[in-house]
Amino acid sequence: MPTVVPRLGVQGSKLKPTDTTKPEYFHRVVDCQYACPAHTDVPEYIRMISQGRYTDAYMENRKSNIFPGILGRVCDRPCEPACRRGRVEEKPVAICRLKRVASDHRDEVADRLPKAPEQKNGKRVALVGAGCASLAVCNDLMPLGYECTIFEALDIAGGLMRTNIPSFRLPAKVLDEEIGYIVDMGVDLRLNSPVKSMKALLDEGYDAVFIGSGAPKGKDLDIPGRWDSDRIHVGIQWLESVAFDHVESIGKQVLIIGVGNTAMDCCRTSLRLGAENVKVMARRPRQFFKASAWELEDAEEENVDIVVNHSPRAFVVEEGVLKGMLFDVMEYDIDENNRVTDSRVVDEIMIPCDDVVLAIGQENAFPWVERDLGIEFDKWDVPVVDEVTHESTLPGVFFGGDAAFGPKNIIWAVEHGHQAAISIHQHCHGKDVAERLPNRLNLLATKMGPYEWNFSNRFDGSERRIVPSVDLVNRFKNLDVEVELGFTAEQVAAEVERCLNCDAQTVFTDNLCIECDACIDICPVDCLAMLPDAEEPVLRDGLKAKATNIQQQLFVSGPLKHTARLMVKDEDICVHCGLCAERCPTGAWDMQKSRILIPYAADHADAKRWQAKS
Amino acid sequence: MSFVSKPRIIHKSLKRNALGLTVRDYEGVATTLCAGCGHDSITAAIVQAFWEMDMPAQQVAKMSGIGCSSKTTGYFLSAAHGVNSVHGRMPSVTTGANAARRDLTYIGISGDGDSMSIGLGQFAHVIRRNLDMLYMIENNGVYGLTKGQFSASADLGSQTKKGEANQQPPIDPVKASLAMGASFVARAFSGDKEQLVPLIKAGLRHKGFALLDVISPCVTFNDHATSTKSYAYTREYYHPAIHADFIPPSEEIVARYDEGETMDVQLHDGSHVILRKVDKDYDPTDRGRAFNFLMDAQDRGEVVTGLLYIDQKQGDMHQRSGTASKPLGRMEHQELCPGSEVLKDLQKAYR
Repeated sequence: MPTVVPRLGVQGSKLKPTDTTKPEYFHRVVDCQYACPAHTDVPEYIRMISQGRYTDAYMENRKSNIFPGILGRVCDRPCEPACRRGRVEEKPVAICRLKRVASDHRDEVADRLPKAPEQKNGKRVALVGAGCASLAVCNDLMPLGYECTIFEALDIAGGLMRTNIPSFRLPAKVLDEEIGYIVDMGVDLRLNSPVKSMKALLDEGYDAVFIGSGAPKGKDLDIPGRWDSDRIHVGIQWLESVAFDHVESIGKQVLIIGVGNTAMDCCRTSLRLGAENVKVMARRPRQFFKASAWELEDAEEENVDIVVNHSPRAFVVEEGVLKGMLFDVMEYDIDENNRVTDSRVVDEIMIPCDDVVLAIGQENAFPWVERDLGIEFDKWDVPVVDEVTHESTLPGVFFGGDAAFGPKNIIWAVEHGHQAAISIHQHCHGKDVAERLPNRLNLLATKMGPYEWNFSNRFDGSERRIVPSVDLVNRFKNLDVEVELGFTAEQVAAEVERCLNCDAQTVFTDNLCIECDACIDICPVDCLAMLPDAEEPVLRDGLKAKATNIQQQLFVSGPLKHTARLMVKDEDICVHCGLCAERCPTGAWDMQKSRILIPYAADHADAKRWQAKS
Repeated sequence: MSFVSKPRIIHKSLKRNALGLTVRDYEGVATTLCAGCGHDSITAAIVQAFWEMDMPAQQVAKMSGIGCSSKTTGYFLSAAHGVNSVHGRMPSVTTGANAARRDLTYIGISGDGDSMSIGLGQFAHVIRRNLDMLYMIENNGVYGLTKGQFSASADLGSQTKKGEANQQPPIDPVKASLAMGASFVARAFSGDKEQLVPLIKAGLRHKGFALLDVISPCVTFNDHATSTKSYAYTREYYHPAIHADFIPPSEEIVARYDEGETMDVQLHDGSHVILRKVDKDYDPTDRGRAFNFLMDAQDRGEVVTGLLYIDQKQGDMHQRSGTASKPLGRMEHQELCPGSEVLKDLQKAYR
């Protein structure tokens, strides 16, 4: 076809121009923040760390995730697989461990923490379980004048963070400090106070009840021999016993059944209690493992043997003594979509052991909630909970954390807490719990001089830093030796520069464009093109580097002045270097810093505070 | 001028050519030209063309003179040979280089000032010799480096930013080179790479002198509403008269062309240029008609682009001079300088 560039004049376009004024658009571009359930502003706090503003970085974290010191050690880090850096290189920015840097190096924050007012608002909230979800609710409601009462079964607060995460990963002092920040606002924390009856609790006349009791029931493995020995342990209960010093040793040879993150904690804890040979037994091949890649790495570094394709068949117990476990050796057919299409048993094997720890999952359980109170349970005996408001079918009763939708992780529980706090506030003030403020987005020009931006846009080719850890001899001396030491100053300086500042957004104004091609010519990843009007798949195909990742958005401008072509940008691979804006002669491309404004309970309580937020 | 270097990120979907190189491997240093300069788009087109041709950088010599345009050679093919010469003298230096090393591919980058003013004499003679080179003029109608005075290619009546109109008639590189007997004459626009890239490839493969005049708006001094070399004006009056598809010798002609609409020109190295005539009655092998067509288009104010004239029959400088097929620069001293006895015999022949 001859190259005929269309003349001036705009026909009806096939695709609506992208509306970048909707907060959702630029929110999604900041992949780490978008992937985080609590939407922590990652690029913002990484920049603060790079400037040595550790306390500011800590407080920025605390706004959304409330436990920076805890999460900087043990977060499930959904941000990291989402990190844009991982699309241009092998490894993402070490976001989680940078969070820990902010926590380790901060100054005293007492005067910057939220405080509860002297004058209470007269509303009383009961919370079941002193885990991360309930604490998050208290964090948001105490400053508003609520009187919060937590009922905790154990003699210490922290829930799963305390009982299931071994202290060599999460030291008690970190937990105590961050839980203290919340409890010290004046929460009525009642330890050793298990709630035995929901009905009795409701009868006490609280304005709202929040259930954050977790998923405390470890799944069992009811196969032959299970009940013939006392050396077979259920993972989460066993970890809890270790945490409270009820268990102080284990046999020399240990088998862990299951390959989730709990299994990783069980095998590493076993090594510290005297085990010499620990095998983690997996039913399926490695690509189906539930454990995070980094937790597997940490376990393997400690010489834990991970054995695949072994399906448990029976425990071998002779005269009351556990001798080992019998496994079926499996073979699987796996298709190109990584699905098992067929499986067969090819062998059987007995693996000797002294102890077995079962880590095959956990469930929430509510034996203490009477079923005639109006709180509906579904056919799997799981409470029916609204995913947005966290309200159960009984108005005023809310669920969060693992208690709401089954086992997730700490950061999800925190986000549940934020959302439940909004609902509780609405409920206590006679408002519709579904009536919630929408997110807002602020954009700020980042241009300082003709060629200067107020973010670091020089691409740093450094590889991800590795966190130094205690050597393999010394780390097993004591259960409480924290394995990871945290980044050194030099490592921090290199790692922060790996962040691509995805919140420095490329903002396009179509009527300023003179179609000079400067942006397209300079783009280091070929994510831009000016294309004739077409449907989205055609535009995605028309880019020099085809936009194949349909999970990521395509920016499409309105028709350009001279030729009515459209400016198209693939958000997937942009590295936010700012070169398009720097080479743009008319400012049609501009780098603007986006900040997503997320409403909390305090914003629902105070319209002025929300309006002033920026 | 950019203060951020272009990061070396190789996107996974970036293709590799027959040499295993990506288009990024054909880049040069970062541009120091104004943001939005047409010259940078031309650089990108040159990079693309060389990459598509699987050209080894060490087979290329980049030649230039003085001016914004002449900085371009720094921005592509870092590993190529090159000379950044004196103002307007790029043709002589290229002639010398080509005389010694006829085995290299020559690309000269000049501007309207470098070629149509100070270098006009050199321009005429390099055409006359039919030197085997691609001669690109990045034509913006102004002297950018000295802050926007009219150049010799500025159109009558085109105004400066401050509103003064040009009173001097232009020298059009295309008409001038046609009149001087050039064997390949083309015009393109920096804002249309689909047309520009094949023209660069055809010009590089043409055996002899190939002129490629590229309208390249000066975004700082000549992109205002009363300029005739602006992005907006060029797009408004853009008239692609004839389009050239370049097909290298190794490839078959697979595209289907309507009969009577196209003309297949085979170049000396076996590659083909398929000319697609947007204007049906245009004949790019008829120098006289080409000239008339351009005159008429000029009266209509059109910016005519495409491969406007091609002549495969003229021999290049080496053929006309009967020089050895082995590059002089590759010869041993003894072969190149056979001694005073031989010289004496030669002189005898002229006595």
